[in-house]
Amino acid sequence: MNAHTDNIAQYNFAYLDEQTKRMIRRAILKAIAIPGYQVPFASREMPMPYGWGTGGVQVTASVIGTDDVLKVIDQGADDTTNAVSIRAFFQKVANVEVTTHTADATIIQTRHRIPEEPLNAGQVLVYQVPIPEPLRFLEPRETETRKMHALEEYGLMHVKLYEDIAQHGHIATTFAYPVKVEGRYVMDPSPTPKFDNPKMHMSKALQLFGAGREKRIYAVPPYTRVESLDFEDHPFEVQTFDEPCALCGGTDVYLDEVVLDDRGGRMFVCSDTDNCEARRAEGHRGHLSGEEAAT
Amino acid sequence: MTLDSIAIEGGFQNPVFDAQTIFRAVMQAMAEPGTIHKGIALAKPPAPLTPEAAAVALALCDQDTPIWLDPALAGDEAVRAWLAFHTGAPLANTPADAHFILAADPEHLIGLENFAQGSQEYPDRSATLVLQVNDLSGGEELVLDGPGIENEARLAPRPMPRHFTRQWAQNHARFPRGIDLILVSREGLAALPRSTRITSQEA
Repeated sequence: MNAHTDNIAQYNFAYLDEQTKRMIRRAILKAIAIPGYQVPFASREMPMPYGWGTGGVQVTASVIGTDDVLKVIDQGADDTTNAVSIRAFFQKVANVEVTTHTADATIIQTRHRIPEEPLNAGQVLVYQVPIPEPLRFLEPRETETRKMHALEEYGLMHVKLYEDIAQHGHIATTFAYPVKVEGRYVMDPSPTPKFDNPKMHMSKALQLFGAGREKRIYAVPPYTRVESLDFEDHPFEVQTFDEPCALCGGTDVYLDEVVLDDRGGRMFVCSDTDNCEARRAEGHRGHLSGEEAAT
Repeated sequence: MTLDSIAIEGGFQNPVFDAQTIFRAVMQAMAEPGTIHKGIALAKPPAPLTPEAAAVALALCDQDTPIWLDPALAGDEAVRAWLAFHTGAPLANTPADAHFILAADPEHLIGLENFAQGSQEYPDRSATLVLQVNDLSGGEELVLDGPGIENEARLAPRPMPRHFTRQWAQNHARFPRGIDLILVSREGLAALPRSTRITSQEA
């Protein structure tokens, strides 16, 4: 037998039992065959609470093998609680190599960001999804939303975006911004900032979405059209930032606001920590990176 | 060997890791239609079931997934016993009840519309057809387009079901309903999900 099996005798490889993996794998194949459609699956209890990525963890556990290199990010960062815990979980139950470098990873599990560095062919991006149904807050009944997807009846979603314009003068939805996949299914891209929506379009990587509590898996294959919903006179726009990253000077990246003191001091830094570190290693500097080096 | 020992031997050497290897090959094949994935002959079933088709069945089928066998496979007692022992999957009474179809004789396969297509509300409740072909590069060339394909992909499997391009056009027209196809040969496996269009004309 394989050496890995000896190390983890107390669990099956990757925690889940084989029948569960087969069930999830069949759901993943259907999800890939019907891009954007939410496939129901028999989500299991995981050793973490709902809301901590049980859907993503189950998808990753069903896909991962001994040769894989795993990266886990939480709001773009490799070093926050959720990312560290899930990375440690898979090190323990699957004994896989882990990394923080986007380019080195074969599987990237993410909570609400897409790495800034473009993904490559063969990589798998696994999203943790809280509410997979984009129409849920417009229509609470599953029987109805299912019929709306079946009939491609998405007028309600456009009404919601229109109401944004009527109230605010522009589309005020900034995250979980609905997309249409390959011209058919309207899909929730999970609560990623809409800044990341364009990265989903014709991505080279396979994108899998797992919602544990809601028991749904969906997928976007590589080279698939993912269009953010909009209007001709109000085209889709991503967020822009007034200043570059305070540490690496990066522009065209998504920034987090960090409060520095109680007198209104604040800084904007890259949400994608790996991208920020890589840029600083290349010699890029932001206006606060010098002070940070001095302390 | 007796029938009993034929049925018991020939499963995965490493059930956990072999199943993962096969699944990843199928997943990549579905995600990038037309690509061929090698190294999948990890099972040793009795003929006429091929090692490649058997490996896919072992990786994906279990007691929850009724299988329908085409007459070439269903007529072989050893094949039925081997699948029953290794997957635990029941045999479907009719083609429309099956989650997976295993077919060894593509040329005489019944029409694709006989298999479960799913419903408009639940298009995932459809069949996956595992088709044993001789090779993936010697037949009439199919030019493929759709999700997972950057420009165009080509595949030339043989033999294929009668009027396959026309049948596939009808299958694609039913989207999101329809069946998904996994082609297995000694060269490896390739897949055509229902989202794939064949753009070449039938000769």
